[in-house]
Amino acid sequence: MSKRIDVHHVTRVEGHGNIVVEVANSQLKECRFDVVETPRFFEAMLLGRPYTEASHITSRICGICATGHATTSLRASEKALGIEPSQQTVLLRKLSFHGEILDSHILHVYMLVAPDFLGVGSVIPLASSHPEVVLRALRMKKLSGDMCAIVTGRHTHPIAMTVGGFTHFPKRAELESLRQRLEAARADVDATVELFASLPWPQFERDTEYISLTKPDEYAFIDGEIKSSDGMKLPIESYREVTNEYMVPHSTAKFTRFQRESYMVGALARFNNNYDQLHPRAKAAAAALGMKPKVTNTYLNSGAQVVEITHCIEDAILIVDQLLEKGVTPEEPVAPTRQSGEGVGSCDVPRGILFHHYWIGEDGNITGANCIIPTNQNIANLEADMRVLVPQIMDKPVDGMRLDLEMMVRAYDPCISCSVHVAKLVTK
Amino acid sequence: MSQNHKPKIAFFDFTSCEGCQLTVVDSLQDHPELLEVVDIVQFREAMTEKGEDYLVAFVEGSCTRQSDEERLKQIRQQAAIVVALGTCAHLGGVNALKSLHPLQDVRQYVYGEKADWYETYDARPIDAVIPVDFAIPGCPIDRTEFINSVKALLLGKKPPIPDYPLCVECKLKENACLFTLNKVCLGPVTRAGCGAICPTYGQSCEACRGFITDPNDSSMRNVLAEHGMSVEEITSIYTMFTAYQVREKLMQAEKATGG
Repeated sequence: MSKRIDVHHVTRVEGHGNIVVEVANSQLKECRFDVVETPRFFEAMLLGRPYTEASHITSRICGICATGHATTSLRASEKALGIEPSQQTVLLRKLSFHGEILDSHILHVYMLVAPDFLGVGSVIPLASSHPEVVLRALRMKKLSGDMCAIVTGRHTHPIAMTVGGFTHFPKRAELESLRQRLEAARADVDATVELFASLPWPQFERDTEYISLTKPDEYAFIDGEIKSSDGMKLPIESYREVTNEYMVPHSTAKFTRFQRESYMVGALARFNNNYDQLHPRAKAAAAALGMKPKVTNTYLNSGAQVVEITHCIEDAILIVDQLLEKGVTPEEPVAPTRQSGEGVGSCDVPRGILFHHYWIGEDGNITGANCIIPTNQNIANLEADMRVLVPQIMDKPVDGMRLDLEMMVRAYDPCISCSVHVAKLVTK
Repeated sequence: MSQNHKPKIAFFDFTSCEGCQLTVVDSLQDHPELLEVVDIVQFREAMTEKGEDYLVAFVEGSCTRQSDEERLKQIRQQAAIVVALGTCAHLGGVNALKSLHPLQDVRQYVYGEKADWYETYDARPIDAVIPVDFAIPGCPIDRTEFINSVKALLLGKKPPIPDYPLCVECKLKENACLFTLNKVCLGPVTRAGCGAICPTYGQSCEACRGFITDPNDSSMRNVLAEHGMSVEEITSIYTMFTAYQVREKLMQAEKATGG
């Protein structure tokens, strides 16, 4: 039995990637996920530019996780220059960050993943066959985008975030109206959990190393320490010990590995590492989805996203309550305590742990930059999953195999244009 | 036209963050009726179906390698109307920042000794490769302007893109001028249409929509200098999204003076 699957530009993912699988005489001959995105060179673009521009430039790495890149960039500059943002800044950043996690996860589970289960090629036919599902998704997505917009002006690309604080502040009435909408969204969240709990998730188990941020007092998205599910914690400044970037001739991405051959980042990694800190309603959602750590079915990364949707709606309500209680006061951004320095920022953005590392010179210009993107960190793990999956499905017709493999790629929610380093290998 | 007489439209992406296509998806939140008047035949980021017969092509992203030129030419051959969607396609955008450094340095900085594995050249707007009929500016595009542009195209008209400076919209919003708040701004030379969203949220306009047809550049640079910006800082803010245009202008000036 010989089969070849060659999916040129996998659809319903962000960016350009190809699946190449070849089975000859029932033996797996070739199994690759090629990233064919054009090289972006963001780190080099930052060189010689004022650090104040860095978050504006790097948010343009990705339209989906623009707020995540901007927040990580600001944290890198703030650490380099010895800036401690105010508690109000921390809360406002968390609120817009939750907005982005929600926006990205809702887009992924409803518009990119759900069509596979409902046997259609996109969300568009669902508008007539399942209008209530599509309207719910659009309603939830609008709420998430508005949540970002109240704080930063817009989700893609955030405006009011700056080194040391904000340049615009939400009004009380905006926060009150947001709170009402968040509470009203609980019905949509419940319906979302119910829908995704009813889907026939493909069976697939492969234990791997899960890496995320972690914090002692909350489910970590911004700052904290690096945690491995294999038992190790490291300060984010030691990120290079974890990521160990390397290049391989057959593929196009810089790969990463830590204590095993590959590791996974993203919602499932956060779920596995920080489950205890989820909101009780999010834990209930996990129970409804049949998920309890450690979950080793990669397809359930989308399930972990549904759990995080529940968590972020609930946590956003708590954040808005704190902001309303204290009142939001316009304040000047905190000034640097030194002129130059080196700093690492890290956030767990929708697709996983992200690092920005900057060196800032005496003149305030960036003299060095390194960004390590979640999707890069996942590609080696995706290929390892594919190598286990293919022998399990090789008796299926080619179309069925192709769909299973595409669904596996989509489960990672890859954000390929994000992958700053990732580039096409020009084969000789 | 489709059998149902709806015009067929397609979306394509080159080097970009795909944020403009996401803005298109977001604009459907408020305007789902758009799907009733057009047939989207290709939109890789959102759908698997792929049709090669389309009337209007919306292209996001810059061209940053020779091998992408062929794909752009195919799109041009098929589409009656090609629209550059957002700053990367329209102006080159942030992608062109890398052109401010020698290309080989940029490649080595990111990819080290493996730099030659990766094909790249100076980032350029798509009209540097193929003729473009219209552009919807902005990084990212503005939802309302996108919807209004599609409406205009469906009626056989030009998209209504303003050619006056951002200050007009900022004044209409009754924003305090950033120059009076000890900040700087490129609003006086930048094309309006975004509702002056950055100054409204307390940040400088960085000219992501490009310059108006006849900007008073020298006055703008003088004003920035009067507000304490060094030549390097002025060059920096002037090139964030328009490095390609600034570089082209310099090269033309050099040619004119025989330099």
